[in-house]
Amino acid sequence: MTGLLAVEGISKRFTVSRGIGGGTATVHAVDDVSFSIAAGETLGLVGESGCGKSTVGKMIVRLLEPDEGRIRLDGADVTHASYRAMRPLRRKVQMIFQDPNGSLDPRQRAGDIVEEPLIVHGLGNAAERRRRVADLFARVGLRPDQMGNVPSKFSGGQRQRLAIARALALQPSLIVADEPVSALDVSIQAQVVNLMADIQKEFGLAYLFVAHDLGVVQHISDRVAVMYLGRIVEIGGTAAVYHRPSHPYTRTLMEAVPRPDPARRHSRVRVPRGEVPSPLDPPPGCTFHPRCPIATDICRRERPLLRRVASGAQAACHHAE
Amino acid sequence: MKPLLSIEGLTVELSTRDRTFEAVSDLTFGVSRNEVLALVGESGSGKSMTAMAIMRLLPEPVAEIASGRIMFDGIDLASAGEASLRGIRGNRIGLIFQEPMTSLNPSIRVGPQVAEVLRLHKGLDADAARHRVEELFEQVRIPDPRRRYDDYPHQMSGGMRQRVVIALALACDPDVLIADEPTTALDVTTQAQILETFRDLQASVGAATILITHDLAVVAETADRVAVMYAGRIVEETTTERLFAAPRHPYTHGLLGSIPHVAEAGARERLPEIEGTVPALWALPPGCAFAPRCPRAGERCATERPPLADIEPGHRAACWYPVEAAA
Repeated sequence: MTGLLAVEGISKRFTVSRGIGGGTATVHAVDDVSFSIAAGETLGLVGESGCGKSTVGKMIVRLLEPDEGRIRLDGADVTHASYRAMRPLRRKVQMIFQDPNGSLDPRQRAGDIVEEPLIVHGLGNAAERRRRVADLFARVGLRPDQMGNVPSKFSGGQRQRLAIARALALQPSLIVADEPVSALDVSIQAQVVNLMADIQKEFGLAYLFVAHDLGVVQHISDRVAVMYLGRIVEIGGTAAVYHRPSHPYTRTLMEAVPRPDPARRHSRVRVPRGEVPSPLDPPPGCTFHPRCPIATDICRRERPLLRRVASGAQAACHHAE
Repeated sequence: MKPLLSIEGLTVELSTRDRTFEAVSDLTFGVSRNEVLALVGESGSGKSMTAMAIMRLLPEPVAEIASGRIMFDGIDLASAGEASLRGIRGNRIGLIFQEPMTSLNPSIRVGPQVAEVLRLHKGLDADAARHRVEELFEQVRIPDPRRRYDDYPHQMSGGMRQRVVIALALACDPDVLIADEPTTALDVTTQAQILETFRDLQASVGAATILITHDLAVVAETADRVAVMYAGRIVEETTTERLFAAPRHPYTHGLLGSIPHVAEAGARERLPEIEGTVPALWALPPGCAFAPRCPRAGERCATERPPLADIEPGHRAACWYPVEAAA
């Protein structure tokens, strides 16, 4: 398997104010995270709010610079590439955001939004670009007569289609999608998930699919990484992570997801203990130990590293088998 | 059982600068003591507007009750005066909103906020109110309730704040509880904790409960009965078991089919889609509002609106060509 993207031990720290007179503190938003994505593959990145999953996505598209670690794209180290050096790389990696309203210029016409990356990268003449935009509109299921409309004329699902068309314009090999369907109505989510799966097959795209919805992630991902307090606690094939979860946090998460099955109402679902600790003051050792049903002394002292477990996945747990 | 709260032909009109249209149309349903009824729908379906109408908290005059009755204990809330509503709201009818900061005052400590309600509605003195609030905090499983009493809302996590809001809603032993997306803003592990607390307390208080949500999985794990709303109307209503086992309205059927679940088997087929988009409420088709997206629609659906009628005992659906009941 050829690695398209290799992320090696990246970390990101933020300095935050502790409030009046409290000075400042450092949050390890992302702490020593490594993974790779092969061409045409989808890696799902899940976790609860504040776990660092969106920060990872932003570092890969270089909206944020990692404090440590390396990011390689097609073998080239792009961690600290200059703005100019990034330009050819930006063609390879595109991003889709949760809220298309925030990522689409409200005054720009839809056709121009999709054409803009082609102009920026000097691709084709005016007629060729127009043809390419028309193709992209058709591909994502928008009508050609909608090209003259501003984003507010589109429904939420159509705006996300527009964002996908713009991301596709440069024929990227990787799209980082940050919660791409979570702002959409339930009946529209399936349309966008299917569209993303279709264009993946057609163009051989790889995705880093960042989301909190475990059902959607399971559906679209080949592999899944689970984050907790800035670290990956488990990573592996989707079936292994979902059906044979090895890290106690993964098990907690899977158990907590409500399912559309009324029978569960009468059975006693195991409810998770405690709350996510403040990232300002993470527990020592394994950061999950205060909530973990199987924690022992070593968990309070030593940080567990990711290692291969029986399911075939990797888990960062002293007690995983 | 006679419903404790019954909504009869409720219509809510919205007026914008350009137009007036119905956000909720001719809604009829009831909810009994010890029962959780879920109102489920997508954005614009009218579910939250219905809750606001019941509480008479509509942003008038933009939104107004145009017709219908909201009967609670012999009183029609739709026409009741502000004075009698004040005695009911927050006292006999408790409210839980999605975002706890909608209900909590950020500049007042959480304990005194709940105590205030008890002094107002129940006439408790300061000591008795404080004692009762600590009990309530314990019931909603706030750890160390005595110390937490003096926290400001911002010192608490989202999950803890939502527990305070549940305590607030339950403070006066309400007869009716209305919960509007109570766990939507929460993470999945916190959601599981809050839903458990909510279920346990609802059962012990026995309040007639309306749970408003877009999340069918939350419905499955919480509600006794479900009413599915689409474009301002109920399109299907039955018991939770029945709805999930044999949905009859094509919209419900499509919705249940299109959600990727954390399933037992990891098959990755294409998700069944519902085509098209939710229509604008001011441009609804003359017949069934779902007809333009419906795979089963016939000619009649375009011109004649199907009434919400019993298609089997205890199962109502508004459809001319309902999905066959599964065996």
